[in-house]
Amino acid sequence: MENKEVAKIAWNNLHVNRRRTILTMLGLIIGIMSVVLVMSVGAGAQSLITNQIQRRGTDQIAVLAGASEETGPPAQAMGIIITTLTDEDGKALLDRHNTSHVRLVTSYISGNDILRYQNVERSVTYTGTNASYLEQEKGEMDLGRFFDEGEEAGHSRVMILGSEIAKELFSNQSPIGENVKLKRKQFKVIGVLKEKGSSGFENLDNAVLIPLPTAQRDLMGVRHVSFLRIRIDDEKYLRQSVEEIKQTLFERHNDTDFSVRTLEDMLTMLTTITNSLKFFLVAIAAISLFVGGVGIMNIMLIAVREKTKEIGLRKSVGAKSRDIMLQFLSETVVISAVAGAIGVILGLLISFVIAKIVQSLGYDYSFIISPTSIVVAFGVSSIIGLVFGIVPAKKAAELNPIDALRYE
Amino acid sequence: MSKKTLIETKDIYKEYVTGEIVTPVLHNINLKIEEGEFIAIMGPSGSGKSTLMHILSFLDTSTKGKYLFQGKDVSKFDDEALAKMRNKNIGFVFQAFNLLPRTSVFDNVRLPLVYSDRPNDKKAVEDAIEAVGLTNRINNHSNQLSGGEKQRVAIARAIVNDPYILFADEPTGNLDSTTGNQILQILQDISEKGRTVIMVTHEKETAEHAKRIICLRDGKVESDGKNHNCRTARKGKLNK
Repeated sequence: MENKEVAKIAWNNLHVNRRRTILTMLGLIIGIMSVVLVMSVGAGAQSLITNQIQRRGTDQIAVLAGASEETGPPAQAMGIIITTLTDEDGKALLDRHNTSHVRLVTSYISGNDILRYQNVERSVTYTGTNASYLEQEKGEMDLGRFFDEGEEAGHSRVMILGSEIAKELFSNQSPIGENVKLKRKQFKVIGVLKEKGSSGFENLDNAVLIPLPTAQRDLMGVRHVSFLRIRIDDEKYLRQSVEEIKQTLFERHNDTDFSVRTLEDMLTMLTTITNSLKFFLVAIAAISLFVGGVGIMNIMLIAVREKTKEIGLRKSVGAKSRDIMLQFLSETVVISAVAGAIGVILGLLISFVIAKIVQSLGYDYSFIISPTSIVVAFGVSSIIGLVFGIVPAKKAAELNPIDALRYE
Repeated sequence: MSKKTLIETKDIYKEYVTGEIVTPVLHNINLKIEEGEFIAIMGPSGSGKSTLMHILSFLDTSTKGKYLFQGKDVSKFDDEALAKMRNKNIGFVFQAFNLLPRTSVFDNVRLPLVYSDRPNDKKAVEDAIEAVGLTNRINNHSNQLSGGEKQRVAIARAIVNDPYILFADEPTGNLDSTTGNQILQILQDISEKGRTVIMVTHEKETAEHAKRIICLRDGKVESDGKNHNCRTARKGKLNK
């Protein structure tokens, strides 16, 4: 029998039983749709994080206190405080004797406390940092100015606020020159950062920034810093700089009690985490594919029974068992391929709508179609058709023509 | 006029095995059928007439004995070879018509060609439909036809591949006598054009359209000849 004939018979049968065909397809459509959707939305959510990280620029290197594996979480994430990293380490990294391309080093240490202005109180995370912060973070001032090196060295009680926290505390009033209290100590607000939106794990709009020595000595009573951020003059020296930084710090500490990370490492780490999440969701969606396949098998088993007489007739006029097998198998393959196509299209449509909605909310979200996910979804649905079609098709092919003709 | 032998059976024996129970159905059937014969196989139910027809039409194989078709022993053919034999050499007409539902007359008649080496022989289909006088219904769906028309479609389907033999299993069983006679007339015409027609029936009147009547009883040939010599199943006496 010609392939064209097989396809024609399959198509006719499906067309004649339109409603049943559509219902049969439904399970598979939903399955394929969810797989495509999860893949696309997962990739989109990944882009949300990675886009923000990439915006920082790839010429940045971070030094975290405490040793850690290349892509594992830093020690601080476990709640361990390591006190070996200091601002002096940062100054040493700027020394051309130690490194050749480090341009800017900024130290960070954070604490949580109550920030109060008149009667308004907010629980905030404040950061003690250097005067180089603004350049390091590519931030801009909305009002006032950032503190300078003199203020930093002199333990000045000055404060820079993020746009959101400034609005919360001062409403529409200008905060510049106002006195606020952080940990019951008085600070003078001298600047407000321009609104920037959240970036990775940080939200600069909620930032409360004070000079590093002020934070270390007056608020926390410590000498260490949590991490350093470093800019180099050209990203092509990234690997070289990382090595030089490691070397310098090792010489100073006589120990590898620090971790040097690039944005690339961070991207890898985040991608690893989000990927496992994504594939977990895909696995769940795949269960519905399986259920859809069982549905197809069920319907086809009923169809074989319904068509017993027709099978007998076809055999009596010369159809070979192979022809009958092919006829039923092609029906399931057509069902699942069409369902796969519909599922892919629906999945993409919904992902696109989701992307548009998220983008309209102001997030840096990319609409990502992975061709692999489409090929895989389509392939999987066809394979499901084949696998779940074999049992009914075999049953049909093995029917004895005489019994089949007599079947009522 | 010398006619070629189309079918020859030698001591065909057939039994069915269900679990441990062996049921013999046919015993030592020896038949010779020539090209162009119009034969009726008669017999009460359980006589083995259907089984004989199934063997002769390659739907089944005998347990013992030889079946020579055009001198070729087909009793040991496998499933695929038998399917090919059915497709090329025989046509079927069933009591219940067995047309494909929601399918046009044309496509119904074309069915055997689908499994042959000339699936697109449109002319053969049209000729077969014309031979049964249904050209005006060629595009109608099978469920729009009357019983007689359905059986005519079935006959067209049976002759579309130009077979040597046409098997008809109770072809008039589902029809009223007028329509039944029309169908028998068509079978007679086909036979007169040189095609062998083998009809299974239990109706005397139907059988009498044939030129030769083979009576089976308890799996054996009881009579074989021009006249109807079968005893009825129930009364156990000659029914003339």
